[in-house]
Amino acid sequence: MFPRIVYESFRRQARRKVLAGIAITLGVAVATAMIAVATDIGDKINRELRSYGANLVVTPQEDTLDVEVGGVNLKPPSDGAFLSEADLPKIRGTFWHHNIVGFSPMLPVRVKLASGSGAQDVTLLGTYFNKALSFGKDDFTTGVRITHPWWKVLCGNPGEFPACGWPDDSSQNILVGERLASKLDKQVGDTLDVAGRHLTISGILSTGGAEDDQIVAPLALAQQILGKPGAVRRVYVSALTKPPDALSVRDPKTMTPEVYDRWYCSPYVESIAYQLQEVIPHSHAEQIRQVAQNEGTVLSRIKGLMLLVTLAALFASALAVSAAMATAIYERRVEVGLMKALGAGNLAVSAIFFAEALLLALAGGLAGFSAGALLARQIGRSIFNSQISIEPVLFPIIMTIAVFVTFAGSAAAIRRAVKFDPVFALRGEG
Amino acid sequence: MNAVPGTLHTPKQVADRRAGSPHTSMFARMLIRAAVLRRGRAASALLAMIVAAAVATAMMNLYVDVQAKLRTEFRNYGANVVIVAKEGQSLPTDALAKVESVLGAKTLAVPFSYAVARTHDGQSVVVVGTDFGRARRLNHWWKVSRWPNAANEALIGMRAATVVSPNHQPFELTFQGEAIQLAPAGMLQTGAGEDSRIYLDQSEFQSWTGVAPSTIEVAANGTAAEVEAAIHQLAQLLPAAEIRPVRQIMEGEANVLNKTRATLYASATLVVLTSALCVLATLIGWVFDRRRDFAIMKALGASERLINGFFAAEAAALGVVGAILGFFIGIGVAAWIGRVNFHAPVVPRFGVFPYVLAGSVAVALISAILPIGLLRRVQPAMILRGE
Repeated sequence: MFPRIVYESFRRQARRKVLAGIAITLGVAVATAMIAVATDIGDKINRELRSYGANLVVTPQEDTLDVEVGGVNLKPPSDGAFLSEADLPKIRGTFWHHNIVGFSPMLPVRVKLASGSGAQDVTLLGTYFNKALSFGKDDFTTGVRITHPWWKVLCGNPGEFPACGWPDDSSQNILVGERLASKLDKQVGDTLDVAGRHLTISGILSTGGAEDDQIVAPLALAQQILGKPGAVRRVYVSALTKPPDALSVRDPKTMTPEVYDRWYCSPYVESIAYQLQEVIPHSHAEQIRQVAQNEGTVLSRIKGLMLLVTLAALFASALAVSAAMATAIYERRVEVGLMKALGAGNLAVSAIFFAEALLLALAGGLAGFSAGALLARQIGRSIFNSQISIEPVLFPIIMTIAVFVTFAGSAAAIRRAVKFDPVFALRGEG
Repeated sequence: MNAVPGTLHTPKQVADRRAGSPHTSMFARMLIRAAVLRRGRAASALLAMIVAAAVATAMMNLYVDVQAKLRTEFRNYGANVVIVAKEGQSLPTDALAKVESVLGAKTLAVPFSYAVARTHDGQSVVVVGTDFGRARRLNHWWKVSRWPNAANEALIGMRAATVVSPNHQPFELTFQGEAIQLAPAGMLQTGAGEDSRIYLDQSEFQSWTGVAPSTIEVAANGTAAEVEAAIHQLAQLLPAAEIRPVRQIMEGEANVLNKTRATLYASATLVVLTSALCVLATLIGWVFDRRRDFAIMKALGASERLINGFFAAEAAALGVVGAILGFFIGIGVAAWIGRVNFHAPVVPRFGVFPYVLAGSVAVALISAILPIGLLRRVQPAMILRGE
């Protein structure tokens, strides 16, 4: 009898059931999408924060002081220690290599420019632009195009020099900083005499920083000019990190083994710096505090905001579901009256309604979960240009929430319907 | 109709009460009685309306305010504009005052002057003169063990310290033959070029080296367009200087802010739509439930226009009351979120109110008119017979 009543109720009142089902589907879809976005937003914003540039710098351990004013390095070029370029791919061998977005070695060299008005000292900065490297079986590319996304190559008139753009890492082509280029009156495609070499300018570099007064060249070229093959002055590393907390700032030397393991296996900027020092011999890795310290605050603010908005969304969808259920049940008082007049107890009537609510919640929850997953994907694609992944563990959670909210929303209406006097109901009053 | 408990219903009492009460038009009385007699249903419809309006208000408030809040957070990244003297020139002495007068009190401008001095064993080291009070507010990320507060105290970068004062002892620097005795106040750690420098108070630095500030770092608040306008203004004011936006900071900020704003926009739209749906479901149920009222009115000879007007007026009243109550609750929610998440109050935007009001009334009207349209096709007799 019980299954038949429920079945018939769905068959005969399909319109009402569809309306309630739509409300549940929409509510669950919004909830799923919001939860998916909120759980993934930290990772997404973390990647966007990488557009602030590197958050770690690796320098030789025994380095002398930088004597640098306004981007001009006054230190004798061969002075101080160097890192070895051959060690760099090992950065991909650290524990948190998946979190390392990219790295760029830097080798500033002071060179003399033979221009019309006589010799002139400028800094030539050797680096990777988009260098293909491999570590073990892992092939990857890295360089300033990843770690310094605000660097722009200007071409002026594109028709004049079709090869304009980022130089190849193995070429002898260079980029000239915006201000330096206008001072020297050089255009894209011109050649520049640097330390006795004729180098082609493949683009004008605009960075808004000290590089605007410098020449930027492939690392190998800078090493040739300096006469120190394989030398690197410092390496900028851009890594996805976890915001600092009480554990992150502790000194690893004072930790117990368990705490040390936990610290080592968390992507704090401090522990990544520690791991970089481990793989690169004679190096000192340091966080760039301007970038590293602030991204934690920005990240936690945005995550907190999305969490609160998600709560609001959950609240609104719970309310929409319960409003729809309440309406659907309220319309069926006559049925309740009839059942009770035929001798059904309160329990039996409530059981029928709850069974119907359960079926609706499961069907609506399933449809809503799929719709919400699509919605989250769409949001991820259109805003972050990347997929927002739905954790499979979310499915049972969402279904539980859907059933729970539908029950909670129905409970008050069911109680009222059951308490209603069958006589009034059958007379069509109330 | 059922007797509503707590009210008096003998014919005489009703007549007395009606005679005593001020005269109201039939239309208004119908509206009021409908709300009073079916308190439960009216209250649940109003509740849905209030919640929807509150959520919509909170979302709109946040959407507008969060961008300003986040921008303040982004100012922790430090200067986004740098003023540098053109080659061979120096900044005018009143440059700092000019910058502050143009950009207003909320903008932070910090002067820096640079010189290369020599240590007692002949090593070169960069010495910087600045205003510590301002530098401290601009560069939140500087990790400083102690800021200098006495004469001839210097802030020493981590790496510079190993050269000039490894045991935290006083040291001597010379610049073009002029010597100065300095005591280390604290250590500075930033992970960047600052670690190799020594920072001095600007006036001490200037009386020692005679070098005036050559750089002013500015943290200009506001949208990208406002910062752009500020740069333009500064360029006109200080022709001897070059004004450069710090692209690293400006572009990073624009990027993160745009993504956050878009996400917030998408979420706010979803939330507002869901709450509108909630109102729609509740109100449609409410009006549908009252098809007997509708039938009786029609049977008594009410015109279509009157009935439509009646339900529309009811829905509009519900929308207005819901929007007003919801608006204030929503402002409260937004303020609470601002306090919890940003530790700063979210300023109530009363400009949002017309939108919330219009939206609430529109949703209420739609959800009243929809079922009426369906009911119109039904004969009143059928409804009254309970079919």
